[in-house]
Amino acid sequence: MAWWLVVLLKSALLLFVVVTSFAYAMLAERKVLGWMQLRPGPNRVGPWGLLQPAADAAKLILKEDLTPQTADPLLYKLAPFISLLTAFAVYAVIPFGSSASGTWAIGNVNAGILLILAITSLGVYGICLGGWASGSKYPLLGSVRSTAQMISYELAMSLSLIGVLILAGTTSLDGIVHAQARVWFVLPQFVACVIYIITAVAETNRAPFDLVEAETELVAGFHTEYSGLRFGLFFIAEYVNMLTVSCIAALLFFGGWNAPFGLHFVPGVVWFILKVACFMFFYIWLRATLPRLRYDRLMAFGWKVLLPVATLNLIVTAVVVAYKG
Amino acid sequence: MSSQKRLYNVAAILRGLSITFGFMFRKRPTIQYPSVKKQHAPRFHGLHELRRYADAKERCIGCELCSSVCPANAITVIGAENSPQDRRSPGERYAARYEIDELRCIFCGMCEEACPTDAIVLTPRFEMADYRRGSFIYDKDQLLVPPDAGAGPAPNERPGGIPGDLGRVAEIKATADVEKGYDATWRGTILKTQRKGLTLLK
Repeated sequence: MAWWLVVLLKSALLLFVVVTSFAYAMLAERKVLGWMQLRPGPNRVGPWGLLQPAADAAKLILKEDLTPQTADPLLYKLAPFISLLTAFAVYAVIPFGSSASGTWAIGNVNAGILLILAITSLGVYGICLGGWASGSKYPLLGSVRSTAQMISYELAMSLSLIGVLILAGTTSLDGIVHAQARVWFVLPQFVACVIYIITAVAETNRAPFDLVEAETELVAGFHTEYSGLRFGLFFIAEYVNMLTVSCIAALLFFGGWNAPFGLHFVPGVVWFILKVACFMFFYIWLRATLPRLRYDRLMAFGWKVLLPVATLNLIVTAVVVAYKG
Repeated sequence: MSSQKRLYNVAAILRGLSITFGFMFRKRPTIQYPSVKKQHAPRFHGLHELRRYADAKERCIGCELCSSVCPANAITVIGAENSPQDRRSPGERYAARYEIDELRCIFCGMCEEACPTDAIVLTPRFEMADYRRGSFIYDKDQLLVPPDAGAGPAPNERPGGIPGDLGRVAEIKATADVEKGYDATWRGTILKTQRKGLTLLK
């Protein structure tokens, strides 16, 4: 087969997989949140509510697409697509299995993690422009918050990842996972892992760091004015970003497709998906447990705790690697 | 914030996480309403019903006590004289019009407390949803039980009609038709039968 056909087929398949996992991640979130609040969660559409995502999609598609009079029409319409495209684009370089088999990633880029960081950073434009272009107060406040929050937490996030890169000696995701064949980086880089998980929650605007869309203060934050399909796109982008950061956590700290306890007879993809699923559950679990932080505390935590600790971790890692290597 | 307090915060977060995790496996108290229905208390205050005597005569004598006691002004009664040819109720008068606006009604049960003949009672029926406001004004045709629907206990054969006769109460409780709501007024009716001394017209 021509290489471009392979890429096309892989992309289509991956798109399908990611959209499906988004749909069921959303259902799982509503179910798990329900269980944790002693409710059954959605159970009306299909057996155990399994067709709920289809019903939601139909609802969102059929809803009226409103544009406020004060909105900047072009940016307002563009913003959800920026969010969605950046969210999806990341999957071009995320490997679901070892590159030795050659089939589990669309592109095996030698600077994969840098590319991911670069693309996810662009995602803030969707939120930021969407909030600003709505021409309304609450979305503007939401997008101002998102700019500050996502930029300040991205620093600590990147710093926490550099420790892993130093240990692995490569920026290729494939190489990083191969470097974890014996011991997962969560052990030598435990502090970095904790910092990464915290910042990842903030980066994806999830509770308890969901100040960008704080319902109690900002109606719905940056997407207050959006309705119908455009709101749906933001919604998809948020969940796909959750999946992305879960994938990165699994790849960089939890050995990617490496099997734990020598259980090698299970295919690596299954382990990878299992690890990502655990992270997704953890996100939902956090949302069910923790109340939203106050804005100044969020910023203080990011700049005064996470950033110094991440820097310290980086320095210690660098020194240790320099002495041993 | 001291470093000790920060550590305490982490412990608190972990405790919170363990609590929510534990809740996931608890028994959920949800009743799957449309498919599973809760058994209401026998005296649940639901939709009204106008009852009849065993000979199919209407109990309502058009006295309008219910409409004057109604705190929500939901009841409209217009009484008319019975004629010898057409005796609707055993009394002198009957209700020519009897309407309850169920949207105004607060289901307090004052009407059944006030009714001297136990004509108006609240049944346990509560699923009254409809698409139009107008359909919530229940007229006499909708409120009155059909003549063959059964009369329910008469005032003098009330559960507890003879105070202290617990065997009788238990017997009537056992045969009470919960679905039709005929046992909806036990406490109120004890007082009323004693006060009014009404008897069943055979």
